[in-house]
Amino acid sequence: METTTKYFKLPLLATAMLALGFQACKPKNAGSAVGGDAAAKAYVAPGKHDEFYNFVSGGFSGQMSVYGLPSGRLMRVIPVFSVDPEKGWGYSEETKPMLNTSSGFVPWDDLHHVEMSQTNGEIDGKWVFGNANNTPRLARIDLKTFKTAEIIELPNSAGNHSSPFGTENSEYIVAGTRFSVPPDDVSGDVPINTYKQNFKGHISFVSVNKENGEMDIAFQLRTPGVNFDLARAGKAKSHGWFFFSCYNTEQANTLLEVNASQRDKDFIMAVNWKKAEEYLKAGKGKKVKVKYAHNKWNEATHTATSEIKTEVTVLDVTELKDICYFIPCPKSPHGCDVDPTGEYIVGSGKLAALIPVFSFDKLQKAIADKAYDGEYEGIPVVKYEAALHGEVQKPGLGPLHTEFDGKGNAYTSFFVSSEVVKWNIKDLKVVDRVPTYYSVGHLSIPGGNTRKPNAKYLVAYNKITKDRYLPTGPELAQSAQLYDISGEKMQMILDFPTIGEPHYAQSAPADLIKNNGQLKIYKIGDNKHPYVTKGESEAKVVREGNKVHVYMTSIRSHFAPDNIEGVRLGDEVYFHVTNLEQDWDVPHGFAVKGAANAELLIMPGETTTLKWVPDRVGMFPMYCTDFCSALHQEMQGYIRVSPAGSNVPLTYSVGTNKPAETKK
Amino acid sequence: MKKSFVLFAAAAAVVLLVACGGGSSEPAATTTGETAAPKSMVADASSYDPKRGEGKFNEENTKLGALDAALATKGKAIAETKCLSCHKTTDERLVGPGWKGVTTRRTPHWVLNFITNPDPMIDKDPEVQAQLELCLVRMPNQNLTEDDAKQILEFMRQNDGAK
Repeated sequence: METTTKYFKLPLLATAMLALGFQACKPKNAGSAVGGDAAAKAYVAPGKHDEFYNFVSGGFSGQMSVYGLPSGRLMRVIPVFSVDPEKGWGYSEETKPMLNTSSGFVPWDDLHHVEMSQTNGEIDGKWVFGNANNTPRLARIDLKTFKTAEIIELPNSAGNHSSPFGTENSEYIVAGTRFSVPPDDVSGDVPINTYKQNFKGHISFVSVNKENGEMDIAFQLRTPGVNFDLARAGKAKSHGWFFFSCYNTEQANTLLEVNASQRDKDFIMAVNWKKAEEYLKAGKGKKVKVKYAHNKWNEATHTATSEIKTEVTVLDVTELKDICYFIPCPKSPHGCDVDPTGEYIVGSGKLAALIPVFSFDKLQKAIADKAYDGEYEGIPVVKYEAALHGEVQKPGLGPLHTEFDGKGNAYTSFFVSSEVVKWNIKDLKVVDRVPTYYSVGHLSIPGGNTRKPNAKYLVAYNKITKDRYLPTGPELAQSAQLYDISGEKMQMILDFPTIGEPHYAQSAPADLIKNNGQLKIYKIGDNKHPYVTKGESEAKVVREGNKVHVYMTSIRSHFAPDNIEGVRLGDEVYFHVTNLEQDWDVPHGFAVKGAANAELLIMPGETTTLKWVPDRVGMFPMYCTDFCSALHQEMQGYIRVSPAGSNVPLTYSVGTNKPAETKK
Repeated sequence: MKKSFVLFAAAAAVVLLVACGGGSSEPAATTTGETAAPKSMVADASSYDPKRGEGKFNEENTKLGALDAALATKGKAIAETKCLSCHKTTDERLVGPGWKGVTTRRTPHWVLNFITNPDPMIDKDPEVQAQLELCLVRMPNQNLTEDDAKQILEFMRQNDGAK
């Protein structure tokens, strides 16, 4: 290609144009796949609200984005596991503890899946959870503030992929390890090829406090070493059970692409978590020494705390026999999804050419009858046919994930054949199929994982975009595609680029979230920040050794104080900025020249702190970064930095020009 | 040669596009056309009473007696947090006008309405509009409760020498 370009520039151009033309002629291309009324269906007039909030994982951005459906408009990017200088997340003194781990401050992670909290099997609009894949953690985002309120680290884990899926009352959010590893309380300094002896899987059951959402690792299940991929809780009749897809039952430790694809069938692991609770109560759990961080945001002090915890309770499922059962599932299952009735469990073998659907009732009977095919690493393997409801034959290539419409249909994404396939759960017949552009991963129907789907739209999240948008060099946006699924046939009505890589997403009706008692301002009277400044009369600058604390206020449009002198080289300066505004949508920003740090964005009534260590003597401007009024450009000040040991007194003021000095 | 080749290519592309036809040519129908601004943003001067302002307070429900010093002290504390960043208690302008004399220039219910419900009044009141031209900063809604507002009014009266 490169060499031809050199010699045949013009013909190549012509060929490229022809190729484009031909590609545009392929059936079901972008133009013809979109019907005439698509624009009207996705159109939300300026000033009107969307029907659904759509919470989308940001993948390797580490964040979570919030879109409106059906418009596809991006409304907010919530910083979760990665620092965000725009919002001061991970830069302000108050937010730094949120990103603390047993390995110290970790500025990035990979957020794959989201899970909205549920009550009685329906989304309740309180919280949305996200998983950190790389340094295993769970985050809880408060939907009254759209802010990450809590992050808990998961010991004994590596690659927290099978997470954060929840039960129908959010009793538990689970976190299954992708990589099996030696447990944290024994040495991991062993040869890699001792996988079979030394490597274990762990699944954390993290309880969620019904009132305040606070998370706690209730217990962990220790399992044979395999890779856990995805999971779903049982619901309705199968409430009390959890289902996890597993691969690498070959227990390979290298070239998994080949070595973990040897067996005809891997497993779905069925977990009777009510039974696990009984064992826990009976004291069968072992206390294991570990180290993990538990970080909480305090809404009254506007400050996070990080606590290092040192113990977790582990139940070994090879010893406590009747917690776990393996169901054979073809070819490295990925998605493992439970239908709204709780009866059907859909396994998606990502290398399989069929979709097996298991029956919860048949599984219960098989366990009662001990219809086993022996054991795998000490865990009973249920006979495939004994648990099987049936198989969807030739649905497509590379099935990944399934969601449901509550009308008896399932929708499965096919990565290899780039399509979404709608099929009937009872008779296992394909009803409709539509293309995606391109290589779809997850898909999402509002409530499509719950007992009560709200099946008006389906969004497909694609891994590859290629020619869908204007080209932007080698790196292209990932994309989402919106389908109207209210009728028998699916219809694509919109596609839009996303931040990071969207893995899973969930949606909820707009009213459920916007009427949940959302916070608009922090009441200044309730502000319990230790460095709050409640009014300009309290503004001051205090020296404590080499630490200088600036108690500063901001209001349209000035800071108080805005002239500070007497800071010396070697000082650490802490700007504790309180936004005195009490009106919705009036944040102020704060930045100071040369700070090896980010900006602050301070919400009305909030106090936030920026640490600044001046690196030279001189005059340093500071200003408001968030356009706040017609006099925003006037919202500025100066800080004078003198040499170490200087005798310039510490002074501060606003509005009073000191008598001008006539000579230096 | 060059020219003809480009022409050919362009023609080919056109032919292909025409041949393909494809997607519907119907214009996208719009569902909801209105883009009404929130009510608070609409300046309807006709029904506006510049003596009363707009809000919960009127002459009937705002009766003032002798100065309540305890109430004024509470008002001062709230004002220090929420108001005095921008207003001086003298007649000197800071961001907004000084407070000296405000209780003689305005009716008490106008003051209470303005500090609890500033946005519609900034849009409608001719004198506030004139003030905005001088100050250029819209007075923020500081989310005062009715009690907060009454306490602040009492502090303003004290500041103006009411007994």
